[in-house]
Amino acid sequence: MKYLDEYRDSGVAHALASRIRARVTRTWTLMEICGGQTHTIMRYGLPDLLPKEIELVHGPGCPVCVAPLELVDRAIEIASRPGVIFVSYGDMLRVPGSRSDLFQVKAAGGDVRVAYSPMQALKIAAENPGRQVVFFGIGFETTAPANAMAVWQAKRQGLTNFSMLVSHVLVPPAMRIILRSPANRVQAFIAPGHVCTVVGFREYETLAAEFRVPIVVGGFEPVDLLEAIAMLVDQLEDGRAELENQYSRSVTRSGNGPAQQLMDEVFEITDRQWRGIGPIPGSGYRLRDEYAAFDAERLFGASEIRVQEPPECIAALVMQGLKKPVDCPAFGTRCVPERPMGAPMVSSEGACAAYYSYRRHTAEVAR
Amino acid sequence: MCLAVPGKILEATDLGISRIAKVEFGGVTRQVRLDFVPEAQPGDFVLVHVGFAISRIEEEEAKRAYDALLEFEKEMPEDA
Repeated sequence: MKYLDEYRDSGVAHALASRIRARVTRTWTLMEICGGQTHTIMRYGLPDLLPKEIELVHGPGCPVCVAPLELVDRAIEIASRPGVIFVSYGDMLRVPGSRSDLFQVKAAGGDVRVAYSPMQALKIAAENPGRQVVFFGIGFETTAPANAMAVWQAKRQGLTNFSMLVSHVLVPPAMRIILRSPANRVQAFIAPGHVCTVVGFREYETLAAEFRVPIVVGGFEPVDLLEAIAMLVDQLEDGRAELENQYSRSVTRSGNGPAQQLMDEVFEITDRQWRGIGPIPGSGYRLRDEYAAFDAERLFGASEIRVQEPPECIAALVMQGLKKPVDCPAFGTRCVPERPMGAPMVSSEGACAAYYSYRRHTAEVAR
Repeated sequence: MCLAVPGKILEATDLGISRIAKVEFGGVTRQVRLDFVPEAQPGDFVLVHVGFAISRIEEEEAKRAYDALLEFEKEMPEDA
């Protein structure tokens, strides 16, 4: 397929790996933020292509993984109510809340449905006027325009039985938390190409300058990621700290104007709790007051659930690049994708699940 | 979750409130909203995420960037 196959070309990938080997003179620690990129890195075994001086650590860019336990419990509570149709992206169904998950709600007779687009939830609402339809609106900046459109269109269509449980998070505030941590090991970042497709990369230019850290906006295929790594290694070896754009076939400096306009119409910035990391000021979106009628949190009332993460889970350290999944004593034994202890083992884009799927053998050797 | 897949616009229809397209992904055709890429036309490639095109792929830029990679592959000895 055009724009996919050529970026999986083994010859180009090996040439890029050679270029990195030729350039590197010391150890460097690089972080990719996005879970989709983590998945590609593990699936194609990119760490094995790279010289041992380059260490890749995996950031908090999996929205399923960072959705706080309280919110998962809230989703379960709403989905369990009679008369509610709860619609979600498939990934969220297996995420463990403190006592249950959405699959169990479905198994117990709850009307939980999987959608690939928020517009499907809107259609379900229009077809079921007597039922409350709640969409679980999770995601990073990439997904925000689509979720904003669903709410905007619901208002325009005068739907009174559609609402959204919003759990939108933003990448740059999480990068600041990582960079400000005294324990930080990350020396350069691959910025998430689809997030930047939507919002552009001006904010990342600010981060590169403020923290003197090289950042390259990268795509999602193996050649994209190797090229982004090569560009970062060049910057690190030259002593530069700039924003560069590897994913120029999709990303421009200012991003997608119409998408940003709609996001701004529907959402406003709010503080958000990140599972495994904690509260981060100004790190997410909530619905503006003008769209309060579509806000499931307001419609279904606040819950005062306070829950504890399993103490053994080291997800917080993994998502800040301080530990690898294989460093966890529960990895692959007490914590597996079928029975996840922490969120990064749930989604295929979570670092733990990606390691489990593609590096089990390495992990077994390491133990 | 932030996955976006490139596909080719086969035809586009204006519905007033929105613009939709038939988009082909390696032989499979799906309906995609074009609200965020008003400039996209049939024949263009778009990146699609949860049913919405989020960018029109800059064909010339993609070609330039990829040609540079191919050029570099030719010059690069296998084990530098």
